[in-house]
Amino acid sequence: MNLDSKIPAGPLAEKWTKYKSTMPIVAPNNKRKLEVIVVGSGLAGASAASSLGELGYAVKCYTFHDSPRRAHSIAAQGGINAAKNYANDGDSIYRLFYDTIKGGDYRSREANVHRLAECSVNIIDQCVAQGVPFAREYGGLLENRSFGGVQVSRTFYARGQTGQQLLIGAYQSLSRQISLGTVTMYNRHEMLDLVIVDGKARGIIVRNLLTGKIERHAAHAVVLATGGYGNVFYLSTNAMMCNATAAWKSVKRGALLANPCFTQIHPTCIPVSGEYQSKLTLMSESLRNDGRVWVPKKKEDAEAIQQGKLKGVDIKEEDRDYYLERRYPAFGNLVPRDVASRAAKVECDKGHGVNPTGLAVFLDFSAAINRYGHMEANKRGNHNPTNEEVIALGEHVVSAKYGNLFEMYEKITGDNPYKHPMKIYPAVHYTMGGLWVDYNLETNVPGLFATGECNFSDHGANRLGASALMQGLADGYFVLPYTIGTFLANDISTPKINPDLPEFLEAEKRVKDNINHLLSVQGEHSVESFHRRLGKIMWNHCGMARNEAGLKEGIEKIRALREEYKKNVFVPGTNDEYNPELEKAIRVADFMELGEVMMLDALNRSESCGGHFREESASPEGEAMRNDAEFTYVAAWNWNEGKPEMFKEPLVFENVELKTRSYK
Amino acid sequence: MDMNLKLKIWRQTNNKSEGHFEMYDVVANEHMSFLEMLDVLNEDLVNQRKQPVAFEHDCREGICGTCSLTINGQPHGPNAGTTACQLHMRFFKDGETITIEPFRAGAFPVVKDLVVDRSALDRVVQAGGFISVNAGQAQDGNAIPIEKERASQSFESAACIGCGACVAACPNGSAMLFTSAKVRHLGLLPQGEVEEEQRVQNMVAQMDKEGFGMCSNIGACEAECPKEIQLYNIAYMNRAYFKAVFSGEE
Ligand SMILES: Cc1cc2nc3c(=O)[nH]c(=O)nc-3n(C[C@H](O)[C@H](O)[C@H](O)COP(=O)(O)OP(=O)(O)OC[C@H]3O[C@@H](n4cnc5c(N)ncnc54)[C@H](O)[C@@H]3O)c2cc1C
Ligand code: SF4
Ligand code: FES
Repeated sequence: MNLDSKIPAGPLAEKWTKYKSTMPIVAPNNKRKLEVIVVGSGLAGASAASSLGELGYAVKCYTFHDSPRRAHSIAAQGGINAAKNYANDGDSIYRLFYDTIKGGDYRSREANVHRLAECSVNIIDQCVAQGVPFAREYGGLLENRSFGGVQVSRTFYARGQTGQQLLIGAYQSLSRQISLGTVTMYNRHEMLDLVIVDGKARGIIVRNLLTGKIERHAAHAVVLATGGYGNVFYLSTNAMMCNATAAWKSVKRGALLANPCFTQIHPTCIPVSGEYQSKLTLMSESLRNDGRVWVPKKKEDAEAIQQGKLKGVDIKEEDRDYYLERRYPAFGNLVPRDVASRAAKVECDKGHGVNPTGLAVFLDFSAAINRYGHMEANKRGNHNPTNEEVIALGEHVVSAKYGNLFEMYEKITGDNPYKHPMKIYPAVHYTMGGLWVDYNLETNVPGLFATGECNFSDHGANRLGASALMQGLADGYFVLPYTIGTFLANDISTPKINPDLPEFLEAEKRVKDNINHLLSVQGEHSVESFHRRLGKIMWNHCGMARNEAGLKEGIEKIRALREEYKKNVFVPGTNDEYNPELEKAIRVADFMELGEVMMLDALNRSESCGGHFREESASPEGEAMRNDAEFTYVAAWNWNEGKPEMFKEPLVFENVELKTRSYK
Repeated sequence: MDMNLKLKIWRQTNNKSEGHFEMYDVVANEHMSFLEMLDVLNEDLVNQRKQPVAFEHDCREGICGTCSLTINGQPHGPNAGTTACQLHMRFFKDGETITIEPFRAGAFPVVKDLVVDRSALDRVVQAGGFISVNAGQAQDGNAIPIEKERASQSFESAACIGCGACVAACPNGSAMLFTSAKVRHLGLLPQGEVEEEQRVQNMVAQMDKEGFGMCSNIGACEAECPKEIQLYNIAYMNRAYFKAVFSGEE
């Protein structure tokens, strides 16, 4: 298959503007006659659905949640990037573009990333106009902070709840369109298959989660904004219901999945505490602005801490190894996520971990508390403050900056992070891989579009902090509403698609058969137990470090698990009721197929890049080594009835020189 | 440390059937979250081929507003400023009996067991909880400076997670706290001020239409709100409402 990225000609900085003003568009009177399905109401889906509604299309929007406002985007904490250069620190669209390409370890498309940087500026304007209460300076202007992997301050935020505030903005715009009748909202409806008619995406099959009714919904085009697949690992920072089913079912109908092995492991999460653990909690990257990461230098000390005989505060300054500052003096604690995560793993593998499982490192605020304390005392003219005064003043400053995160940490662990360093460990957080899309955000299936985390387009092999919110909103507010016209312009005289076509009936039957099968197995083990086992296989074989033998073994294990699932899963209840166990059973079955393709992709890509670390491809100091000669391409996979094939889209760099990523 | 607990849980097949309490034993430990304790119970039930207890949840971080349990009579349980999903078992005692019910309110019909339908809250927002601006129409984000304090007050109202605990806590089943938080969030900002009169009237009308009760200043909503949304939101909305109605008569 030839993958045409459809990147417009012309100089990088002019491509989007020129393309936008020359692309085919649909006249307003025709828009009303064209129906568009948007699956998902997170940042990417809500922004797309409301914008398409504003333009006059007849939109139908779907979510499995009880309300569009509950999408996983709501949980984003830290912020959203934009090249506004309000801080006047030398930021520009080019710099954001460059940082994103470099941060992604040169595995994303130049043209897409540049467009993202261009749109970033409009996003902030749009959100302010919607009433998003961003943090502000005393002068009333918008405030910024820094995130990992960059040296400017371009992150806009609303306390530790940026995702919530942005999603509420998008949700309100969506609500307005719902009240105007341009968008019909289907809450508690889960897409379980894609319908293709004459080679074009023309509808979806959904299950009404309240009644179990399987329904056929038709439209001229389908947009997926269904989020990432991090929950394939069972434990992740994603919300519990995040899943891959919509995207995966589309792959089974012929869409390609690009770079599925590119997973982001976030360095600062609350460590696993026991078998019963259901999810992991992120501690925002913004904490690394002030927190210092360390482990004890001496293994004996680490062991004593593991056994509960010593605490972090008992370890003397000279016996602490601030390993990020030691290894990466230029970026220190603010190295990108993939680098920080691997470094933590290296220390714990050497036996220097600091909790009972040995899988945790310290994130310590004592130096910051001290520094801020002295600054505050000075401001107050107190030049000889006592230790207690310094600490009280310093804690006050730290609390103003990160109070809600500290509180969240204490609620979960019962430890006070002002007095004792936080214990953190990397956890699965985000998936850079996703549905393959061209410059129009259209998959290889005509009429099927993908936006937000569920596509692969902008982050290469590693996403920079605060860039997912930016991408979801850029796609939904400023890109898709226009590029979808390139497809729909050819459909202006196509009448309403009929949901009784044989293709719909066939897909509906497929969905029903699958459900009946799952319910009929009546085996021994719960869906949850399979999901947990799947997660362990993924984490052990396709986690922070991967190698050929491990991946091959993982693939065998996952295939065996799938077979066992077919024979031995137990799903209680029936289809015709509210049945969360059944919902989960469908999702986990899809994860088990997707997981195999992730491993195949990881096996094929024998280089290390970004979040994908192949142990065979590392420098003597343990840094990731890319292999540009062989792997400067996007790997796009089909399912092919269980015998996945890979297609390559070569990546061409005309503006940026490929360099070894160095944060030293 | 292991904890042996007795759970008294509301079971109801669907909104047409009658519900009742059932007793369960569960062994938890103090490090678990409340919802993880329910996961353990459900895993046990599934292994015994019984119907697990339906409850809603998603983020488990106190931000999505999905979890909706009334624990020992209190929406979201005993801890102030904490959602049910953020509650940990170390706040309970070994041997304790814990009662778990759905959020109860006339406008929230039970779907199953501990799951209720809160879509009425969405419809209140659809009636006017927005600023009318299309994508692409905005001016520069810094064109209108907003006082830090004002932005921060607006944020405090905007922090509402739409969980509906305020409604469940209120003996009248009123949605005043939820609705007023939205009115104040938008009304405090210059961008949202313009439409305030329309907004407040439409949202209040919708609230009534959905069957939410009247506010009689009891204050239970504020006490149970996991995001500590304050009663002055209601005072703000009342002022805005009277202003709107009054100016409409001119
Ligand atoms: C804890 C946490 C913190 C984060 N913090 C930041 C941050 O500070 N900055 C940043 O830039 N990024 C952050 N991220 C990443 C970012 O939040 C996500 O990548 C982004 O919000 C994804 O948005 P989305 O719209 O693509 O998907 P989602 O928000 O996941 O929405 C998916 C939608 O699709 C629906 N859906 C899915 N499947 C189906 C189906 N089959 N049928 C019907 N509906 C379906 C869901 O109901 C939902 O409405 C964070 C992520 C996490 C986990
Ligand atoms: S006001 Fe509080 S209790 Fe009511 S919906 Fe909002 S967050 Fe929940
Ligand atoms: S599950 Fe999201 S707030 Fe409780």
